[in-house]
Amino acid sequence: MTVVIHKGRVIDPGRINGPADVLIQDGKIAQVGKGLAVPPGATALDATGKWVLPGFVDLHVHLREPGFEYKETIQTGTAAAVAGGFTSVCCMPNTSPVNDNQSVTEFILDKARAAGLAHVFPIGAITKGSEGKELAEFGELKDAGCVAVSDDGKPVMNGMVMRRALEYARAFNLTVVDHCECLHLSEGGGMHEGLVATELGLSGVPAAAEDVMVARNLALAELTGGRLHLAHLSTAGSVRMVREAKARGIKVTAEACPHHFLLTDEAVREFNTNAKMNPPLRSRKDVDAIKAGLKDGTIDAIATDHAPHADFEKLREFDYAPFGIVGLETAWGLALTLVDDGVLSVEQVVALLTVQPARTFGLAKGTLAVGADADVTIVDPDAQWVVEPEQFRSKGRNTPFAGWKLKGRVTTTIVGGRVVYP
Amino acid sequence: MSLKRKDLLGIQDLTVEEIQLVLETAESFKEVTGREIKKVPTLRGKTVVNLFFEPSTRTRTSFELAAKRLSADVINFAASASSVVKGETLLDTARNIEAMQADFIILRHPAAGAPNILARLLRASVINAGDGGHEHPTQALLDLYTLQEKKRAFKGLRLAIVGDIAHSRVARSNIYALVKMGAEVRVAGPPTMMPQEIERLGVTLFHNLDEALRGVDVIMMLRLQLERQGIALFPSIREYSRLYCLTPERMKLATPDVLVMHPGPINRGVEIAPEVADSVSSVILDQVTNGVAVRMAVLYLLSGAK
Repeated sequence: MTVVIHKGRVIDPGRINGPADVLIQDGKIAQVGKGLAVPPGATALDATGKWVLPGFVDLHVHLREPGFEYKETIQTGTAAAVAGGFTSVCCMPNTSPVNDNQSVTEFILDKARAAGLAHVFPIGAITKGSEGKELAEFGELKDAGCVAVSDDGKPVMNGMVMRRALEYARAFNLTVVDHCECLHLSEGGGMHEGLVATELGLSGVPAAAEDVMVARNLALAELTGGRLHLAHLSTAGSVRMVREAKARGIKVTAEACPHHFLLTDEAVREFNTNAKMNPPLRSRKDVDAIKAGLKDGTIDAIATDHAPHADFEKLREFDYAPFGIVGLETAWGLALTLVDDGVLSVEQVVALLTVQPARTFGLAKGTLAVGADADVTIVDPDAQWVVEPEQFRSKGRNTPFAGWKLKGRVTTTIVGGRVVYP
Repeated sequence: MSLKRKDLLGIQDLTVEEIQLVLETAESFKEVTGREIKKVPTLRGKTVVNLFFEPSTRTRTSFELAAKRLSADVINFAASASSVVKGETLLDTARNIEAMQADFIILRHPAAGAPNILARLLRASVINAGDGGHEHPTQALLDLYTLQEKKRAFKGLRLAIVGDIAHSRVARSNIYALVKMGAEVRVAGPPTMMPQEIERLGVTLFHNLDEALRGVDVIMMLRLQLERQGIALFPSIREYSRLYCLTPERMKLATPDVLVMHPGPINRGVEIAPEVADSVSSVILDQVTNGVAVRMAVLYLLSGAK
């Protein structure tokens, strides 16, 4: 099958940013250039006024299957992904059972193939059952298709276990992803520790709960030479330490989520459980630091930490509601606000969603280079829209952005040369 | 006259005028509670449900008496273990109660913000009888009432609130109320019991009790929650007591006609010396008496809003 996307502005960071056509043949990018002829029998997609981008890559999603299909399935999660322009998603292993062995990885990949929407790259567990004790079989996980390892949601508290993970992962060139949270410091907390928590009488999670683990992990990355990726940075301290570590040549990458660069703990007022996530929404100072980190390259990727929950789980006491919000279908519009605010260039935003996350886990994705898989996202940068959770393809409706007016909407998503959205 | 709101969730969102209205209304209900027949027909035919997810004697009894003296029907819903253990959510429990045509739900709950959630989703009036570390608005209102009775003006009144401010809903509600009314509020306790940025609520922070008590007109002691000890906010009860117990000697630092308040139940010899609790300065039992009148006022003023 042959597709030509013509009359659009192609933005492939570091390669091209301007008017061009994209020719797709046999699921691969065949040619990118001006005034390409439409071969006979080819499907022509008119991208006038639109941007043609490499398909987005999300390093951090929770697809919930197996085990929590009432929250999300691989089918609904990847439908949400392509609706948000994501053609590749990396799914965290905190399913039930935990993805700590080949059979769970294969199950996920089978379901993803059956859904036929976005590419799914499973992340295996660091430890068996994500219990933080014995290492999972990285070799087997890698062979089965895992692209990284993480005990996301359950930080690896034992420093020796983390050291061994970073060392052992080197044999397979696997990246170790940590959710940095000292569980002793965060115990009982549901939001950022600061004035709002004080006023609401909620127990807080201090920024230091993240910072101490970032510091530990950076020291261990330096000691072992292992590839470390830090999930969802939320504090000014984290950004400062990662910046310094990168300057010293430590192999570390980091991601940030839209909610951490757009919202503060003020969003929790009225005990809004859709503003409850882990790490929590923090102070203005932290938000500014995350933006600075995105701007100067300290942070490599925008990830969503897409974490769907059922309505009844969020419709309850703040302390008892689960952490997490959905993000796949709002990420692009939210990320573009950074361009309007003058924080990032368009090319930087696109890079943070494509080539940079792909490089972080060594995925051959996020580019429109000739010969690459034809994963393409077409967006209308001027389309205004309102976030309506009822319209989501995800089963999760849990977002603090309901009612937000956003500019920039995904109009077409192509995976492997095939239009999968709309 | 009525409060133009469906619910009473906290002091933070009340205006000074609303607080004054409650205090004035409580005045006339206090007269009722002093009569031979302590009952008026104001809420006849209304149903009040006490929904308590935490043990409480004082507050629950006080609300029950207040409702009965207004001639309402009162149900005490022991939400303790049963429905919760079976997995029923707070919202489902409350919806069931509302389906029984309750007009008021008085909620005591260990999670901050629980009444806010119910108030958004139910037609019934929700009155917060204490939610986690958040607010306990009727306690603050009865404290204000007691202060007004004994001291008249709030402006310029100097108070010290002593104890675990971080985990205290009584402290929060009183800070919001007293600062709004123009009093000078000090908070005192070890740094481990002070929440982040507490001074931004308009209070002055002390870690030394003697300094905090110098020249105050009112001392409000908080109950040391012995059940919280596992978190190690202080090394021992002995040391806490040595540093933060209100003793007769420390009373001398305050003004001669200082008032001592405590929301109860008190730990004699821990945060308050028995001689102080029983002294003429203590208004602890007045607080309890006034609690009924203030809660009658709240029920009455909210019933008019609908």
